Amino acid sequence: MNPSMDTPMDKPLTDPHDAGHHAAPAGLWRWLTTTNHKDIGSLYLWFAAAMFLIGGLMAMVIRAELFQPGLQVVQPDLFNQLTTLHGLIMIFGVIMPAFTGFANWQIPLMIGAPDMAFPRMNNWSFWLLPVAATFLIGSLFLPGGAVSGGWTMYPPLYLQGGISYDLTIFAIHIMGASSIMGAINIITTILNLRAPGMRMMKMPMFVWTWLITAYLLIAVMPVLAGAVTMLLADRNFGTHFFDAAGGGDPVLFQHIFWFFGHPEVYILILPAFGIVSTVIPTFARKPLFGYRSMVYATASIAILSFIVWGHHMFTVGMPAGMQLFFMYATMLIAVPTGVKVFNWVVTLWKGSISFETAMLFALAFVFLFTIGGFSGLVLAMVPVDVQLQDTYYVVAHFHYVLVTGALFSIFAGLYYWLPKWTGHMIDERWGRWHFWLSAISVNVLFFPMHFLGLAGMPRRIPDYALQFADFNRIASLGGFVFGASQILLLVVIVKCIRGGEPAPARAWDGAEGLEWTLTSPPPYHSFAKPPEVR
Amino acid sequence: MNSQASSSDTSYYLPSPSHWPIVGSAALLLLSLGATLTIHDLAGGGLLLLAGGGTLAAMLIGWFGKVIGESQNGLYNDQVDASFRWGMAWFIFSEAMFFFAFFGALFFTRVISVPDLASADNALLWPGFQAAWPTAGPGLEQVFTPMAAWGIPALNTAILLSSGATVTWAHWALKRDRRGQLNLAMALTVALGALFIAFQAHEYIEAYQHMGLTLGAGVYGATFFLLTGFHGLHVSIGTLMLLVILLRCLRGHFRPDSHFAFEAVAWYWHFVDVVWLVLFLFVYWL
Ligand SMILES: [Cu+2]
Repeated sequence: MNPSMDTPMDKPLTDPHDAGHHAAPAGLWRWLTTTNHKDIGSLYLWFAAAMFLIGGLMAMVIRAELFQPGLQVVQPDLFNQLTTLHGLIMIFGVIMPAFTGFANWQIPLMIGAPDMAFPRMNNWSFWLLPVAATFLIGSLFLPGGAVSGGWTMYPPLYLQGGISYDLTIFAIHIMGASSIMGAINIITTILNLRAPGMRMMKMPMFVWTWLITAYLLIAVMPVLAGAVTMLLADRNFGTHFFDAAGGGDPVLFQHIFWFFGHPEVYILILPAFGIVSTVIPTFARKPLFGYRSMVYATASIAILSFIVWGHHMFTVGMPAGMQLFFMYATMLIAVPTGVKVFNWVVTLWKGSISFETAMLFALAFVFLFTIGGFSGLVLAMVPVDVQLQDTYYVVAHFHYVLVTGALFSIFAGLYYWLPKWTGHMIDERWGRWHFWLSAISVNVLFFPMHFLGLAGMPRRIPDYALQFADFNRIASLGGFVFGASQILLLVVIVKCIRGGEPAPARAWDGAEGLEWTLTSPPPYHSFAKPPEVR
Repeated sequence: MNSQASSSDTSYYLPSPSHWPIVGSAALLLLSLGATLTIHDLAGGGLLLLAGGGTLAAMLIGWFGKVIGESQNGLYNDQVDASFRWGMAWFIFSEAMFFFAFFGALFFTRVISVPDLASADNALLWPGFQAAWPTAGPGLEQVFTPMAAWGIPALNTAILLSSGATVTWAHWALKRDRRGQLNLAMALTVALGALFIAFQAHEYIEAYQHMGLTLGAGVYGATFFLLTGFHGLHVSIGTLMLLVILLRCLRGHFRPDSHFAFEAVAWYWHFVDVVWLVLFLFVYWL
């Protein structure tokens, strides 16, 4: 046990910067018990990296199997387990924890706070994640294997599986609890711990996007918890929520799931908007164009996200009036999203632009996320969606949004803030290699999937007809290169942590914001005294 | 004991490293594994559940005990107090969204899926099925009596509303520093909460033993038991929290101008109250 736990060390910290970290234990115990937002942010980011490796290896196996028609590498059941786990791990284990890692590191720095509002709860939010990940990945080794019904967990398929299905339900519960606590912490920190003078409309865009994301989280993660609880009851306690014989309806699950699921899409992308809205002004050396409209656009996207879930269900049976409503509501989201893309482009206009790796990823984000947004508009049209539902076009669409969108913004954020966090500039040469290899291969990987989907290739199937062979082979080759390129990212990160050119307080000459007024790396407790914001 | 200084001028309280969160994670690990093993009738499930429950209890007592100690020692300034308020308010909001999922299931079933099963589209599949509520659905043999609103449920409504009044009385007394009335009103609130739980337990036993109303009684049974069950769980947690507050009141904790823990529990209790009113309306009455 930690001897310092109950000592008078817990006095009010008149100068938190001085007193706090003498109590910090060393070694593993430090990381298990830490209440420091930077430590916890790093834990989140390393956890996301580990999950990225595991989820990425699963994707490599999937692409290897799809390299040519027929069954070569894995049997269909294992293939289904891998696609299911790949989805769950990448969403709940990589993108969400990585963004939460950024939030932990950056929000206190950006608003001039000493730490997060609830440092102990912050620790718990993180340390729940390894428990959930253990259940998800461990279930691969249980009798019957892991869940194989797709990450969306639809009944009746999901009601039929074995022990790993129940473990996955509990994993979802635990990840939900983690997300809700994390979101409450972020909301409270932003509402209550801003430095004097930091009015809401002066907050950095990244803080704004995370505030709105946190509201989405506390609104929809409990709904997902309710949905999987009903699955648990139907599976084990004899209820008939999703069974027509008892008056229930499997479609009910889809409604509840997608009421969570569509806002979840914005949980995965709004923080990306925040990162890109930070990186682009820095390297264009101009303030963000249309700050107010960015804030309002983000809020509009979040509100609209609650009334579009039906676009995932156009083919399950729905009155035409509802289809029209969900179609138009979905298309409406293109307006605030368009405002954002416009603002990024105008921010670049007449800027004195330089192309550091962070900026390269941010620019690639603007191009490639927009492609993902456009294919989303295509899918929003009911007659088109009826054709494309569950084809590789959908796979192409959401991978453009989540890989070249969310993941590229995470890369941009890493290249942008690592100098602040480590005190060393990154190796731009390696970074550029990572960028160009990733940006080219990711398009080789996902762009052909549009054609495969339009030609009718269904998703989540390990085998396919001969006419799909060429594009699948191209996609797989792109996938292998993309997967291998990520080793470069690991090299860059490790190099940056271990050494390199010392980073000044303001690591980028065009960077604005409170975090750049602190040393690189910043002191253990970020702002001992709240800074004044003009 | 009332050593709290007015500390609004000191800086934000940052707790030192704590082992309670990781203990909590271990508890949830044990509980989930135990539940899974128990569900599948595998060995060790009960043991793990017991260990997990014990660990969770230790964590809650230890963690909240530490927070109460810090509060009593005056480590929390006004800004920390405001953080607690925001945190609790949004926690209750997320709880409301959890119930929203189950109410959504109830409304969907009553308005869409049951009428749909009785429509001409499904006449071949489920011949002769009449859309009515309550129902066990078209394919189950189970015969059950639905729970009537104007027996125990109406009584429970009165009990919960009264407990809402008594907890407000307690708050009123606390703000005027009338400790006798505070203790009395809190004790009454706890007693009313316990009475509610007892009545609901009786109702469940009735349902299972005499009314054929079980979890398996079609979608009526499913929505009935999950909605009232999760509400009952919240009442139980709320009563436990009220009990802790009562014990703290008896030990002289809280001051007229600083008693957020009391208010948080009162908020929670009112929230549970409101959920019950919606439940009474749509599950029992209409
Ligand atoms: Cu959607």
